[in-house]
Amino acid sequence: MLLVDGTESSLRAMLQALPPVDEVGAHARAAMLGTRSIKTTSKSWAIDTAISMIDLTTLEGSDTPGKVRALCNKAVRPDSTDATVPHVGAICVYNDMVAVARKHLDAIGGADIPVAAVSTAFPSGRASREVKIRDTQDALDAGATEIDMVIDRGAFLAGDIMKVFTEIVYIKELCGDRAHLKVIFETGELVTLDNVRKASFLAMAAGADFIKTSTGKISPAATPPVVLVMLEAVRDFYAQTGVKIGVKPAGGIRNTKDAIKQLVLVNETAGAQWLNPQLFRIGASALLNDLLMQRMKLRDGHYAGPNYVTLD
Amino acid sequence: MRIDVKKTYKLYIGGAFPRSESGRSYEINDAKGKFLANPALASRKDLRDAVVAARSALTGWTSATAFNRGQILYRVAEVLEGRKAQFIDEIVALEGSTRSAATKQVDEAIDRWVWYSGWCDKIASIYGSTNPVSGPYYNFTTPEPLGVVGVFAPQKQSLLGLVDALGAVLAGGNTAVVVASEKFPLPAISLSEVLATSDLPGGVVNILTGKTVELLPWMASHMDIDGMDISGVSANLEKEVRVAGVENLKRIHAFKDATPQRILSFTENKTVWHPIGI
Amino acid sequence: MTFEYAPAPESASVVNIADSYGLFINGKFVPAKGGMTFPTINPANEKVLSKVAYASKDDVDKAVAAARAAYTKVWSKLSPAERGKYLFRIARILQERAREFAVLETLNNGKPIRETRDADIPLAAAHFFYHAGWADKLEHAGVGNNPKSLGVAGQIIPWNFPLLMLSWKIAPALAAGNTVVLKPAETTPLTALFFAEVCQQADLPPGVVNILTGDGATGSHIVNHPGIDKIAFTGSTEVGKLIARSVAGTKKSLTLELGGKGANIVYEDAAIDETIEGIVNGIFFNQGHVCCAGSRLLVQESVHDEVIEKLQRRMSQIRVGDPMDKNTDMGAINSSAQLAKIRELADVGGEEGATRWDNGCELPAKGFWFRPTIFTGVTQAQRIAREEIFGPVLSVLTFRTPQEAIDKANNTPFGLSAGIWSDKGSKVLWTAKNLKAGVIWANTFNKFDPASPFGGYKESGWGREGGRHGLSAYLKGGK
Repeated sequence: MLLVDGTESSLRAMLQALPPVDEVGAHARAAMLGTRSIKTTSKSWAIDTAISMIDLTTLEGSDTPGKVRALCNKAVRPDSTDATVPHVGAICVYNDMVAVARKHLDAIGGADIPVAAVSTAFPSGRASREVKIRDTQDALDAGATEIDMVIDRGAFLAGDIMKVFTEIVYIKELCGDRAHLKVIFETGELVTLDNVRKASFLAMAAGADFIKTSTGKISPAATPPVVLVMLEAVRDFYAQTGVKIGVKPAGGIRNTKDAIKQLVLVNETAGAQWLNPQLFRIGASALLNDLLMQRMKLRDGHYAGPNYVTLD
Repeated sequence: MRIDVKKTYKLYIGGAFPRSESGRSYEINDAKGKFLANPALASRKDLRDAVVAARSALTGWTSATAFNRGQILYRVAEVLEGRKAQFIDEIVALEGSTRSAATKQVDEAIDRWVWYSGWCDKIASIYGSTNPVSGPYYNFTTPEPLGVVGVFAPQKQSLLGLVDALGAVLAGGNTAVVVASEKFPLPAISLSEVLATSDLPGGVVNILTGKTVELLPWMASHMDIDGMDISGVSANLEKEVRVAGVENLKRIHAFKDATPQRILSFTENKTVWHPIGI
Repeated sequence: MTFEYAPAPESASVVNIADSYGLFINGKFVPAKGGMTFPTINPANEKVLSKVAYASKDDVDKAVAAARAAYTKVWSKLSPAERGKYLFRIARILQERAREFAVLETLNNGKPIRETRDADIPLAAAHFFYHAGWADKLEHAGVGNNPKSLGVAGQIIPWNFPLLMLSWKIAPALAAGNTVVLKPAETTPLTALFFAEVCQQADLPPGVVNILTGDGATGSHIVNHPGIDKIAFTGSTEVGKLIARSVAGTKKSLTLELGGKGANIVYEDAAIDETIEGIVNGIFFNQGHVCCAGSRLLVQESVHDEVIEKLQRRMSQIRVGDPMDKNTDMGAINSSAQLAKIRELADVGGEEGATRWDNGCELPAKGFWFRPTIFTGVTQAQRIAREEIFGPVLSVLTFRTPQEAIDKANNTPFGLSAGIWSDKGSKVLWTAKNLKAGVIWANTFNKFDPASPFGGYKESGWGREGGRHGLSAYLKGGK
């Protein structure tokens, strides 16, 4: 455990020592970084980097094995006409689809693509600790090597930070060496950037490998100011502990422009050393096709159309 | 027969009534040429001391609430009212005006104090503003005291002219160094006695008597005076004053009447921005 | 892995710069008397952009006569609402031609295209838009019920925000019913000349706006011209004082926006990341060519080291270079003379014992450049803590208590701007109340708006620009 000794008093002391965030200033900084103009060679690089960072996600009640297998195909070979396109960072599904995804990926040459499972009563997080543990255990048993757990926002907002902290500690322990733990805050429910900073440090101290903005079920989600504050948090945590924690914005990043803005945020906040799939992921689904169309435009010199990328 | 007890007319600096450090005085005669008094002939060092007093009194006076300043100025009017007869006598003797004209001047002067006292806690709400800027910021502008203001009161209307000038300076929250009417200084000195017995803190108003041409360049060039009311300075001296005042970019103004703009002339507009966020 | 941003240059082709420009007098471009001209350059590469006319005394006479005639015969007779409509037109044309103006401003000034695009030009247009609406509401301007225009205004503006300063001058003057003779700065005349074209496109009556290019001598002829009723100047305190002396004892009214040495106060409870941004924005915005720059950083001792460490890290990311590149954060110093002045004062800072640090970035070979620089260990007595450097140089001082911060902040003949960084509302307001400065940015810095009065205490000037308070500088009123 870093920065805290596991007691409530040490946790509270750490959170109270955090500097405040000025919302308007953070928005202004994020907006300024949003004006960076990424062209030509940098754009090509950014598009491929973004593709390699995507946690290609389907989290629907209507998900079926067929749908998940199609997604896996896309993950391994995003553009069937161009083998130079990198594969995505991971597949992200509900835990009953983990086994389907794992098996199919292994079968089609995607053994190096991890399968992430959303967990701990995703998306609301409203269940007993036992249920959450069982939920995670199921995912691990099915072969998930990444667990995207949600925090208990109700407890966080009620000030019961020990409950939030302890749940992360439990799930982390369960993941052990078998899986990376991503902790989802659902920043749209935490509302303030001060809360985002607190949640970030709380999760990092509790053992998160990644901190993640959102479930994708609530809007707003991965807004640039929220990601900015989380990137500041991992940067500062690294300065204090020497440990690099990853960041995963998820929700609302639908086009290339948005994705490149995220990469600029990383580059100029946490720094270039975070610009790899080990430390930065983008939770998305529709984004991939837009990245592919932009990639075709750069390659072919004319604009692509939606019928030239695959619907999966 | 009883011999009158005559008053020595002294300076008013930092709440005290010193003679001039120079030991000088000058003779004042009444309108008919008869000797009236030997007021102090203030030197540049008296001026320097008065500026120090005004500067030290500034923090207290500006940090008093506007409501409190208004009450104190009103108190001055109350005390003035009680000493009306003295001012009328002095004006009749000095300016050679009729008793009714002198009475009118004193009445107006008292009423002007009352008028100014009421401005203290209104000037900022009427002439300040909240500014609807294009962004998530709260932005407001408020007139704040300028600082130490030098006043050359008009020669004639020796009480009313002084009150018109001084009231504006004080209502704006400033402290003052006044050079009284050279020819008719007695009402100014009597006013200092009124101020000393009102609730006005020492040093907020400092009153010098003496020669305009001697004190004017020193005041105009003084680097710790922020503004000047030169309503009492003759036109031929105005350019010299303004040029000297440029050294520290003094705010120098002259007026013919009492208006809210006169108060505003000795204020500085301060604009504050703050983000609006959560 | 590194993320290099490929060059992303804005295209210069959106603007057509002629080989030479005349003076804009009475609605027409005319050559200066004797045909005198001087070159104007791009400070980022020292290439000549165009030649502009040099206005002498005779040209000033002509322009003032044109402004007077326009005032008497046309502008003062026009109904206020109609006057306002001309200003609305100008605002709209500036918006329509925003890209062109942004590029031109960047070429002639050296500031980054991001700033001209996102700040200078939109703010200039907004200034006209704001003041257009004032033209028929002058009785609410706070100068009394019967406000009157002053007549012909002579306006002299600096090179740091050429078009924006023009708009700060011309918009209120015209809204209040005055006509103007404006002189842009010697090194940055081009956007003013393009603005003259805007006046033509707006069908503004000839003579209402006259633009004279020239140097200090041209400015002096304007200041001393007996046919002018009002002088408005933005520039150095030194020149401001010269002007004030010239105007003393005349009937001209005068407003001055002069220098500053703004204190930027950082309390230990500040939102640190946004504070760092605010410090950077306070001193490196526009290469530090900002009269209201937060050039004196006053940091509470308890957070000094953390602030400096984070600030240096952030400064290392400032992208200095081609002003036309959309990703450039800091462009060129406006002139070789200004660069020499910055170098001189920075050298003095080192000699006086302060510790110098800059971000070590590469600088282009041609043009005028200076790295983002900070001095730590500065004390009040040092020249870099007292004199306006007008460049990307920050002096860092420390304080222990709020009162000490105030005392140090106010211990200067200037009083233009100040910054406050704290998360505690009551302390912010206490500090704002006690600072002797005309513009106070709390938890932000270098924000400008046409509705917000701007101007300084003490030797930072006379009067305000912007908002209701600024408008009153172009009016006289009764009770």
